[in-house]
Amino acid sequence: MDLSIALILLQDGIVNAAIYALLALALVLVFTVTRVIYVPIGEFVSFGALTLAALEAGRVPGTVWLLLIFGIAAAAVELWSLRQGGSGRRIVGCLLRNVVGPAIIAATVALLAPAKPGQLVQVLLALAVTAPLSLVLYDTVYRPLANATVLALLIVSVALHFALVGLGLIFFGAEGSRTAALSGASFTIGPVFVTGQSVAILALTAGLIVALYLFFDRTLVGKALRATAVNRLGARLVGISPLFSARLAFGLAGLIGALGGILVSPLTTIYYDTGFLIGLKGFVAAIIGGLVSYPIAAGAAILVGVLESYASFFASELKEVIVFMLIVPILLVRSYGTTVLEDEE
Amino acid sequence: MTARLAPLALAALAAALPLLPGVPAFWVTLGSYVGIAAIVALGIVVLTGVAAVVSFGQAMFVGFGAYTTAILTTRYGWPAFATLPVAIAITGLLAWGIGAITLRLKGHYLPVATIAWNISFFYLTGSLDFFRRFDGISGIPPIDLLGFSFSDPVRFYLLTLAALVIFVAITRNLLDSRVGRSVRALKGGVIAAESFGVDTGRARILAFVYAAILAGVAGWLYAHFQRAINPSPFNITASIDYLLMAVAGGVGQIGGALLGAALVTIVRDKLQDVLPLLVGTQGNYESIVFGFVLILILQFAPEGLWPHLRALTGRRVARAHPAQSAAEPIRAERTDLAARREVLRVEALRKTFGGLVAVNDLGFSVAQGEIVGLIGPNGAGKSTSFNLITGVLPASGGRITVMGQEVGGWPARRIATLGVARTFQHVKLVHGMSVIENVALGSHLLGRAGAIAGSLRLDRAEEAGIFAKARRQLERVGLAEQAETVASELALGQQRLVEIARALCLDPLLLLLDEPAAGLRHAEKEALADLLRRVRADGVSVLLVEHDMDFVMGLTDRLVVMNFGAELAQGRPAEIQANPLVVEAYLGSAA
Amino acid sequence: MSLSASLLEVERLSVAYGRVEAVREISLSVPEGAIVTILGPNGAGKTTLLNALMGILPARGRVRFAGRDLAIRTIEGRVADGMSLVPEKRELFVSMTVEDNLRLGGFRRRGTAAFDETLHRMWRVFPRLAERRTQLAGTLSGGERQMLAMARALMSGPKLLMLDEPSLGLAPLIVREIFRIVAELRDAGVSILLVEQNARAALELADSGYVLENGEVVLQGPAVDLRGDERVVATYLGIRAAAGA
Repeated sequence: MDLSIALILLQDGIVNAAIYALLALALVLVFTVTRVIYVPIGEFVSFGALTLAALEAGRVPGTVWLLLIFGIAAAAVELWSLRQGGSGRRIVGCLLRNVVGPAIIAATVALLAPAKPGQLVQVLLALAVTAPLSLVLYDTVYRPLANATVLALLIVSVALHFALVGLGLIFFGAEGSRTAALSGASFTIGPVFVTGQSVAILALTAGLIVALYLFFDRTLVGKALRATAVNRLGARLVGISPLFSARLAFGLAGLIGALGGILVSPLTTIYYDTGFLIGLKGFVAAIIGGLVSYPIAAGAAILVGVLESYASFFASELKEVIVFMLIVPILLVRSYGTTVLEDEE
Repeated sequence: MTARLAPLALAALAAALPLLPGVPAFWVTLGSYVGIAAIVALGIVVLTGVAAVVSFGQAMFVGFGAYTTAILTTRYGWPAFATLPVAIAITGLLAWGIGAITLRLKGHYLPVATIAWNISFFYLTGSLDFFRRFDGISGIPPIDLLGFSFSDPVRFYLLTLAALVIFVAITRNLLDSRVGRSVRALKGGVIAAESFGVDTGRARILAFVYAAILAGVAGWLYAHFQRAINPSPFNITASIDYLLMAVAGGVGQIGGALLGAALVTIVRDKLQDVLPLLVGTQGNYESIVFGFVLILILQFAPEGLWPHLRALTGRRVARAHPAQSAAEPIRAERTDLAARREVLRVEALRKTFGGLVAVNDLGFSVAQGEIVGLIGPNGAGKSTSFNLITGVLPASGGRITVMGQEVGGWPARRIATLGVARTFQHVKLVHGMSVIENVALGSHLLGRAGAIAGSLRLDRAEEAGIFAKARRQLERVGLAEQAETVASELALGQQRLVEIARALCLDPLLLLLDEPAAGLRHAEKEALADLLRRVRADGVSVLLVEHDMDFVMGLTDRLVVMNFGAELAQGRPAEIQANPLVVEAYLGSAA
Repeated sequence: MSLSASLLEVERLSVAYGRVEAVREISLSVPEGAIVTILGPNGAGKTTLLNALMGILPARGRVRFAGRDLAIRTIEGRVADGMSLVPEKRELFVSMTVEDNLRLGGFRRRGTAAFDETLHRMWRVFPRLAERRTQLAGTLSGGERQMLAMARALMSGPKLLMLDEPSLGLAPLIVREIFRIVAELRDAGVSILLVEQNARAALELADSGYVLENGEVVLQGPAVDLRGDERVVATYLGIRAAAGA
């Protein structure tokens, strides 16, 4: 291996790492706020990419139907919980949020899709359809389980992941798609050939991370999310509703996941079930950060991306084994040294 | 009696299935799949339902068993039955190794690590020539024992059923043994179990290896039933399927695993036939339906379907522990009443949490046959001191001497061997275990029987002794009537008494009681005080934290008063009540 | 509004952990603008009572606040109604700064003029917090934590402030400081429900009091009367002879 190959591998690794870092941040966010390990984040990657691909082809994407179906389900779940003592205002609010909102999004997409609007509009439409799906999924699946243990929530997450993969096959079909590059430019720096897409991924990821940082560090709403993560009861005692925090966290996670899919889909063909493995690697990074540390998770994402890139060069068949076995020693180091007895919930 | 016979009747019915007229041949095949899955799910009941360890990697252990026999039979020409012990050994050893590494992980790290192991196993078998990559291994011979072949589906079905029945029996026996109780204590009772000498780390590994071995045997059966294997049925998706079976059926009970395995296997088979007809196109409809069914079960029946089914039939199947006379186990080293020796000495004991000093240079001692009260306002550091003395928390400084032995740095289970028993401020009884079983946990150190003796019921004499002792201690605290009740169904005050009975089962020399009278009615408090006086007369020392001052003042020989983590006063009850410093600590000074 | 109107009205409130009732049929009321104290030894059910009033624990019985029935009100809803609890464990956001903790206290009023005004008032009332504005809450001393918890609770502009053992683990000098601030708050029109173990200090400050033992009210009345009552001392130290006198 000469230097130029090493550099190309490094570039590949860092570009993939950017996506993993995004997903890791979303997983840390959702876990700290709600204790849910959001395994289906990978499906948002697939759905974001496939939605954009459908829009590029001038078709109405299948996610529109998913959004409508889960919107109605979320409304049904909430109305059921309101059957005793629900005020008229809450019922209307519930319907607006879960049924009318998705219907408007769906109608807009259905109208605009055949006209094949410009790339930016397509990206925005793809995000507008995919991200809110996370909200209605929260309301349908996780909200009734607000008091469940972390492990019950994890089992639910895994179940939801399988259901969504199955739905993905129905609504998007078995064939994969690759979307047009966000930037067709390319140039060389020394021995390395750099594509505009790589630059776009890194720039957008960096931009998003900075935006999230500012949101959490500078705005009271962002701080409220952190407060919920730090001390759930304390947050409730100052009037921060856990429902508000949870919806915000799931909404952001849906947005980040979909964006990750849109960014990665010009680089590799995305199938209905591709997201899972991408999500799992983000997950490895998030776990290395203990599911609570954003900077460690982001750093770990780079490690995972680069390791994967070199592993695929030296032992392509064992690439996945190497990446996933990496997690075990790191988990060990992380849980070492705290031997105080604990009763598990 | 009918309750005892029901499982046998069910097994007989299942065995008769192929003989019944009009039963289609594929039912028998389906039955074999149910049996194989049920063996795996049975392991999950022990691992997840009983030991509270969630594994997303059971299919990998199925794979260990399957690949072991596939490679040995096709490549080295071993006969099928000869590979069974090897499959069990390999699966068990690998599980022990993986468990030794992975079970150190806390909380949600553990299930995540099992996901990583399982995915790695999938890609490893899929990419190495040794495992014939994703093509898999074919040409596996049918099981053949001394010329009797199990290639016939009915015979294979009966073999699977026999294996299942054996494992159900072993599992029941194991859970009903001394080792089984220590595994069951993992759910909500880790600190309590450690305080009575149980090595909970070992109990976890035991459960992990046991579940893996069951999975490995299931894999061995599967390989010889399919006659060809590839990595797919051992992937993470299959692991989740097994977990789904256990959770849907009811992960807490053996019946739940059987119900779940039958339900999931049969329903999936039907869905695969019916759904494409209904919807008209190809797709993974069953995974969608399954995903949502699991979500609904967790939302509406978090305990699984089995408890609901049992509620319908209105029967409770519990193993009673009949009263019988048997030789009670006793601690080898007994109290010598003549020697008024010092049982506990605490010197300059310190505990800091971050910057907060919870216990500040505390010092006192307890002599043999003495009842000492440790009192003080809220947050004075009393319970923390208890946890330091019993090794539940490591001290930041100072010396603790028990029976003349310095115990600094000892884990709780080792301190227990010196004859130190305790109760807890927040009651720590094992959920779902009966009162008498909880009490029997206190005698853990007095028994010897291991997992194998327990599984094969070779431990009955010892068990009878342990239970006779537990029953006697329950009588002493006045709860003999409640022996077979589920512990969590008692009132809180009674649960505290159960903890005291459990502590007495250790034959303690030093008894530490944290708020024993809380939640008791007046007459019950009197009875408790009487009991503790009798315990004292036996030469046992008692150190107690209690807020009920009537109780404390009337019972104790001496009091140690704590405030702000430090000793405020020591003396006889009357002296303490008259001490102005103590009055001020309790009532505060006028601001 | 007349001073005698009850802001908080509790009727036959019971709280059970499993089968055990930690609080049994307690009735009490907090008049507008008053300090009411709840006394009693450890384990009497004081903290359980406050947690039930705040909606943290489910309870039976009736609770009315400012004329509104709180039966199905969430914790956040009660905060919005004007109740605020300073819990025994403080429940601060330890990895966030003092200022962030305070601002989050006013989360529901963010962006209003009242928010800024209250924040400024808090810096004045608690000058020690102003000095530690950018410090993480987890690095504060016990007394400072208690002050921060109180200030955070006041940021929501409560009508009723419930304090759970504000003197717990604090040195006498700081306890005096905190009680002085409590008196000031009452003068500023905030009603206060004070759970205390420090009976003497609490009774000097309060208008009326209730003494709890084993989850039940065993004594109640104006603070002046309770101050001289031997039975208060008896409940704490178990001196039955005195109780008989």
